Amino acid sequence: MHSNRYIFIYASVMVVIVAALLSVAALVLQPYQDKNVRIEKMQQILASVEIQSTPENAIELYDTYIVSELAISSDGEVMSIFENGKLQKGDQRAFDINLKAELRKVEELKSGVSTVKPIFPLFISNKDGELMYIIPMFGKGLWGPVWGNLALKADFNTVVGVVFDHKGETPGLGAEISTLSFQEPFAGKTIMNEAGEFVSIKVVKGGVSNSNINPAHGVDAISGGTITSMGVSEMIDVCLKNYLQFFQSLKTDTIVKTDSLQTN
Amino acid sequence: MSNTTEREPIFSAANRKLLSSPINLNNPITVQILGVCSALAVTVKLKPAIVMALSVIIVTAFSNLIISLLRKTIPSRIRIIVQLVVIAFLVILVDQFLKAFVFDVSKQLSVFVGLIITNCIIMGRLEAFALANKPWKSFLDGIGNGAGYGLILIIVAFFRELLGSGTLFGFKVVPQAFFDMGYVSNGLMILPPMALIVLGVIIWVQRTKNRELIEKN
Repeated sequence: MHSNRYIFIYASVMVVIVAALLSVAALVLQPYQDKNVRIEKMQQILASVEIQSTPENAIELYDTYIVSELAISSDGEVMSIFENGKLQKGDQRAFDINLKAELRKVEELKSGVSTVKPIFPLFISNKDGELMYIIPMFGKGLWGPVWGNLALKADFNTVVGVVFDHKGETPGLGAEISTLSFQEPFAGKTIMNEAGEFVSIKVVKGGVSNSNINPAHGVDAISGGTITSMGVSEMIDVCLKNYLQFFQSLKTDTIVKTDSLQTN
Repeated sequence: MSNTTEREPIFSAANRKLLSSPINLNNPITVQILGVCSALAVTVKLKPAIVMALSVIIVTAFSNLIISLLRKTIPSRIRIIVQLVVIAFLVILVDQFLKAFVFDVSKQLSVFVGLIITNCIIMGRLEAFALANKPWKSFLDGIGNGAGYGLILIIVAFFRELLGSGTLFGFKVVPQAFFDMGYVSNGLMILPPMALIVLGVIIWVQRTKNRELIEKN
């Protein structure tokens, strides 16, 4: 009934109009969506030190409990400090660091493609006088990215708490990493073994008790969510490694560094 | 020259029937048995169920309206593709709005908002009604079917949240005294199979009250 030419023109015009309308909508809504993502990021940082928040009070709680944001280079040098609402040193706030991009820089440095040095964010929280160090992590799950925050006590060894999230892992399987039942067992685990070597926390398929991994450094993986669990395990290992140098330097100059942080 | 065809009033009896029949006698989920999958997944709590219901009402109503407005121009060879583009366009718009204004609910709904595109109710109404009817009637038909779907979602979510979590809309409803006496929330209610069972009970109740729905064997 309609000619081929009509069909082609109709289809093209329809696609162009729809694409234009959707682009306009995306542009107009972008600021609102970005604000929601920032608030969610704050909520996840707070959750790793077991502070529950709502989108309404997240900013206030964040300003109360997160006393300092540091950007660390892989040799342990402090590149930027953000405290009391201002950048005290450096030119980029740790909160705004794109962790995915920085991790890619690590790969490029290793393979010799570029010489740009990556920097890593670190958040310091002061909860009832106790200092805790929150490390953001980013990795690869089965269907897309997985990310999270791991909070360590001031001994840089014991885990206080952990939070994970993902973009599109399978509901009921890999998506379980964002539930409390997967995250709770991490509390109290340690990332260094007795000899002081870094062993990270492994997510073990088949259960930690059925493996030869020391239970202090392992949690059970999710049945049916093996690849996501392995992704999380890998993410913890890769991301924590970048902070070891810094933690080492903090331990040796403990008196100097933690004093300057606590006076704020 | 006077107009020979009479304009039907906007809310004539026939138009009101378009809104009301999908709520009960022609309900898309319990009678037409369409769109059941998402009804199981998002009904664990009331809040996501209501947001999902509103999203489907908007998508069904406006896709019906748009296709009905275009119905004389759509080449029949690419009919299904055009319908898909319209549905996808509306679903993406709804998804972007949810991410901007009710972010926490959009995370709970996650992939199921995108899956509205695959919801048979929407394509079903486009094919069965919008392609052959005027825009206002199609719009009303879309609202009616979306509302029928939404009603079932809300009923299922009401029971699943009340019995499975002891809350309604996030607010604790079952008093602590019950828990102290030994009452335990029904954990099975939170799992998908229970949604199917609740749906079966709803169909049973509906057919008991409306005997004409029972097929004559």
